[in-house]
Amino acid sequence: MRAKNSSSASANRTTAASTLGQTLLGALLAVGVSAPSWADRFNMPVGVTDISRQVYDLHMLIFYICCVIGGGVFGVMIWSMLHHRKSHGVEPATWHESTKVELAWTIIPVFILIGMAVPATKVLVQMYDTGGEDMAIEVRGYQWKWEYKYLDDDRNKAFGFMSNLSTPQDEIQEVTAKGEHYLLEVDEPLRIPVNRKVRFLVTSNDVIHAWWVPDFGIKRDAVPGMMNDLWAIVEEPGIYRGQCTELCGKDHGFMPIVVEAMPEDEYDAWYESRKILAKEQEKLASMNFTHEELMEQGAEVYSKYCASCHQENGKGIPPVFPALDGSAIATGPVDDHIGIILNGKPGSAMQAFSSQLRPDEIGAVTHYERHAWGNNTDDIVQPIDVVNLMNKEG
Amino acid sequence: MSAVIEEHHDDHDHGPAKGLARWLFTTNHKDIGTMYLWFSFLMFLIGGTMALIIRAELFQPGLQFVQPEFFNQMTTNHGLIMVFGAIMPAFVGLANWLIPMMVGAPDMALPRMNNLSFWILPFAFGLLISTLFMEGGGPNFGWTFYAPLSTTYAPDTVTFFIFGVHMMGASSIMGSINIIATILNMRAPGMTFMRMPLFVWTWLITAYLLIAVMPVLAGAVTMMLFDIHFGTSFFSAAGGGDPVMFQHIFWFFGHPEVYIMILPAFGIVSAIIPTFARKPLFGYDSMVYATASIAFLSFIVWAHHMFTVGMPLAGQLFFMYSTMLIAVPTGVKVFNWVATMWKGSMTFETPMLFAIAFVILFTMGGFSGLMLAITPADYQYHDTYFVVAHFHYVLVPGALFSIIAAVYYWLPKWCGRMYDETLGKTHFWLSFIGVNVTFFPQHFSGLAGMPRRIPDYALAFADFNMISSVGAFIFGFSQLFFLYVLIKTITSGRPATAQVWDGAKGLEWTIASPAPYHSFTTPPVVTLENNPH
Repeated sequence: MRAKNSSSASANRTTAASTLGQTLLGALLAVGVSAPSWADRFNMPVGVTDISRQVYDLHMLIFYICCVIGGGVFGVMIWSMLHHRKSHGVEPATWHESTKVELAWTIIPVFILIGMAVPATKVLVQMYDTGGEDMAIEVRGYQWKWEYKYLDDDRNKAFGFMSNLSTPQDEIQEVTAKGEHYLLEVDEPLRIPVNRKVRFLVTSNDVIHAWWVPDFGIKRDAVPGMMNDLWAIVEEPGIYRGQCTELCGKDHGFMPIVVEAMPEDEYDAWYESRKILAKEQEKLASMNFTHEELMEQGAEVYSKYCASCHQENGKGIPPVFPALDGSAIATGPVDDHIGIILNGKPGSAMQAFSSQLRPDEIGAVTHYERHAWGNNTDDIVQPIDVVNLMNKEG
Repeated sequence: MSAVIEEHHDDHDHGPAKGLARWLFTTNHKDIGTMYLWFSFLMFLIGGTMALIIRAELFQPGLQFVQPEFFNQMTTNHGLIMVFGAIMPAFVGLANWLIPMMVGAPDMALPRMNNLSFWILPFAFGLLISTLFMEGGGPNFGWTFYAPLSTTYAPDTVTFFIFGVHMMGASSIMGSINIIATILNMRAPGMTFMRMPLFVWTWLITAYLLIAVMPVLAGAVTMMLFDIHFGTSFFSAAGGGDPVMFQHIFWFFGHPEVYIMILPAFGIVSAIIPTFARKPLFGYDSMVYATASIAFLSFIVWAHHMFTVGMPLAGQLFFMYSTMLIAVPTGVKVFNWVATMWKGSMTFETPMLFAIAFVILFTMGGFSGLMLAITPADYQYHDTYFVVAHFHYVLVPGALFSIIAAVYYWLPKWCGRMYDETLGKTHFWLSFIGVNVTFFPQHFSGLAGMPRRIPDYALAFADFNMISSVGAFIFGFSQLFFLYVLIKTITSGRPATAQVWDGAKGLEWTIASPAPYHSFTTPPVVTLENNPH
């Protein structure tokens, strides 16, 4: 009970110093007192798939074997250290080899290892059985977000969306208090149905990332130019959180994975409505907006996709991330400005956004960049300008 | 005639030159060994400072001290400096000091190259560290520098990093050639292979590993250089290259590199435990064979660092099985050390304490290594703090503790003065507690799902990170205490005898303390009494 109090207190910490004692106490108590979160805090999650449970069992099996061997070896060592001391007047023995003993402790470990390898091989073979899926989703890593594309039966994209960190910068920079799911929350989670075999096709658009949901027991690198396979049948509805686990640059720590596993009927309903929403969003490309509307949407897009490098104030972090405030591109010809957002700048960290953002979003953010901070061009950038440029470039 | 002989004789007895020239131009293995050791200690403090910056930032969630770009530079340079600047040069320094004395040789076989291989290092690391102050910052892609993060997406300073790695590699290869040439050619009569001290054996094998894999690393960074500057696409998928190939090449170097950092440690511990147990090393022959087996296996396990990269099932199984096999020769070594202690007559001076801590904590790192070898479970551990805990357990209380043990053990021979036992033991207990408080909780945060190399983390990991940071500061500052103990010993320790430790065996203990500037100018006679095997 006390352990529980102390851990909930540490979640609301305000200053480090005042909670250090509590933390140490809490951790110590958590060892001795059985609290509900004991296993979650000290051990691998059991997870919600058959595979994750098998992996957990395997992990515990190896752990216990190591404990037994370690107990034996360290036990003998400690006994020896306590008894075979010069201060006890012990005369040292002079023997220094024994073929029998040496053969025994070479051969016996081989059998222990075989005992570990057999169950491990079984689980691994199952993990590689990626076929026979009910549905497939392409998971694509970007610096520093994930894109999820729902694929239809012919492996064509039905619809897709980007999944960005939704924790505000103010929480990260210690301006405001941190929420419960600090750094593990996104603007739109990946949604999948329970009890269906979902196949994930994992790849990357830039550097290597890694997609991991601990509760599913699966992790795979997202490698540019390569399509990796994963699968899961989730058994319990719920929200499962993970993180990118391959160093991918500046914001590697800020691209979480959130998966919402939904009951099948709820998922089917969501799928249909999301598909319709995607269709409607496509229509935005042919609409016209006012300066105010463009500035509002542009600011939103900017803070999600651009601010981590170019900064909210448009000053960037020179020389790696140039300033947009007063820059030649953001105040020069419109098409050049749109072009660099669409196609990126090869050899730099500037990505091509043509596949990440819709034309209306690119239009709005271009407009925003041309009118925000000290920039004040007199043009209005509409989605159609973006579409025209894309058509011209083919 | 006799005057000529007399003069010639005097020539051999000359002491070191005076002033800076002594250190710049020296070809003496003891001087060069000393420089290697002090250099590695300096790098250890610099790399340690970076570790403390990392741990300070991770003390609690949120960004308090540094921003992510700088954090990544710290993790990268901490790794590079500790691996290439602290651990490896320290072992080369020990090899320089000890191998000629242990095999009864007057010096290293190639003394001028010895000078060069040391003097490359300050330039290599000066270059590497200077990138931190350049526009765009230093290397920020992890010490494993996976492409394309280290090529297409790297800061401009990556070119200096590549040049630095080339210099370190050249230095290592020269050092290795020298060690091999010395061991093969300069052993005293009677010092047969199977009578060599294990430190000499482990270094001989390590040197071959270095010669085998350093060119592979040089190849990897050269391909990066071409990708960055000359338009090739070795590692760029867009140009038909393969980023995964980088990892295969890197780890073909990287895994033997791991053993390069631990085999000499095995040699050190195999010297210290028999001394303080007053009993010969158990299973000398099997120790040699186990070392050779580990070296061989190190070449066929590299892809266990890449289980999540998406290899075919057959590849995963092969690398899982071969990796698990390493447990066998490693187990043999641990069992042999325990058997050496068994029925001995032990005392627990500082070198022995560090050596025992090595055996226990390295074995724990071995256990987590065995867990990591199990591919399906590795998916859950891979690139989490569980891995960080694992490799720090084998490198800090493993490789580093063995180096510290070696310094306490042989320092009286080097400088002719004894360290203060109370201070040494204080240093040991501070380090022992610090290292465990730092790294043990990282097993838990890793299992709970905390990825490595992140500057900020979810609230669930807060407690373990705070404990870990406290431990890191205890550990870090106890190494400054080590510096104090060293300086105090060298300047004002009480004089040491030639034998130093009553149970110590080996040729180095047959010469005076401090060891004369030139030792074994005439080869000693190797007997069972002065050399235990």
